[in-house]
Amino acid sequence: MRARQWILMAFAGLLGFSVAALCAVYAVSLLRPVHGTAATTQIGGPFTLVDDTGATVTEKNIAGKPYVMYFGYTFCPDVCPTTLLDLSRWIKKLGPDADRLNYVFVTVDPERDTVQSMHAYLSSFDKHIRGYTGTPAEIAQVTKEYRVYYQKVPTEDGGYTMDHTAVVYLMGSDGKLVTVIPYQEDDTSAIAKLKNLAALTPTS
Amino acid sequence: MRNLSKLALAALLIGFVAPALAQGTSNTSITVEQPWVRATPTGAKTGAVYMTLDNKSGTADRLTGATSDVADKLQVHEMKVENGVMQMREVPDGLPIPAGGSVVLKPGSYHVMLIGLKKPLTAGEKIPLTLTFEKAGNISVTVPVQAMSAKQDKGGMNSMGGMQDGKSGGGMGNMEMK
Repeated sequence: MRARQWILMAFAGLLGFSVAALCAVYAVSLLRPVHGTAATTQIGGPFTLVDDTGATVTEKNIAGKPYVMYFGYTFCPDVCPTTLLDLSRWIKKLGPDADRLNYVFVTVDPERDTVQSMHAYLSSFDKHIRGYTGTPAEIAQVTKEYRVYYQKVPTEDGGYTMDHTAVVYLMGSDGKLVTVIPYQEDDTSAIAKLKNLAALTPTS
Repeated sequence: MRNLSKLALAALLIGFVAPALAQGTSNTSITVEQPWVRATPTGAKTGAVYMTLDNKSGTADRLTGATSDVADKLQVHEMKVENGVMQMREVPDGLPIPAGGSVVLKPGSYHVMLIGLKKPLTAGEKIPLTLTFEKAGNISVTVPVQAMSAKQDKGGMNSMGGMQDGKSGGGMGNMEMK
């Protein structure tokens, strides 16, 4: 009798342990893909915005080719013009490869950056770069998709500046992140990344 | 021989003194070296002026403000990129310039921000700028506008970059003196 009870208890214990272990394995298996691909799959997504000619654009307008995406604003005195100048220089260095990519500058300051002001501003940079703006809600949506941080910072005089993510996203033609160019990366490295991205252009 | 060395000494002295006289009023302890501003994109309402502020005196000073005819308002800002996020803040109590030291205003760091530009800044023109210091008072300088492609930062090489691409015309006011 006693031996039987012991065996039964041991069996129940084993069963309990197995169930717990299976649950743990299942939980880990659920988590793992999220951890493993978070950096690449969670950046990018659908959006509806308006380009600097006034036309409505969605992610489908740019996803035919790999694309370069940068978020900033035209009232930005330093980092945005610097980055757009860098990008313009890189585009020139790409030569014929430049046409294999799309380039988009998305504002994080929709209240001040109208279609007209985006268009005027971008006329000072390489003509490949298109400007996207939208309603505050639409900008909130696209920045969420691209994991872009932006924050209005009031200044003493009643105006404001914007804090914002200042990295250049290099996206595949499938709309998934390939890599980034951080602020003030040297030309050689940035151009190499862009050339690699251009090489991903689907052949049609 | 002796005359020659005296001559050399005189030349050396002129070499040192002349740049100090290049900008600003001569009786202050602060010298403003290599001021420059980049030409602005079409329709841009802001710009950033860069320079090196040299404090030759034994007392610390502060850059507390600035004015210029070309913009509604000027503020001293610090810009930095942390974890990929650009942050820009007005320097609240003015920009400290240590005694006997210097502070470099350059892209990606400190700048005097021009807010509400009345017209775009084009390469080759010069803009007036009056800087206000806590101790040295007001110093007026002329700031050359450099081509948009002017090389940025890289440790005080700003004007050099402008010179190399040959587009910055008036970008070397101070450089000529040296």
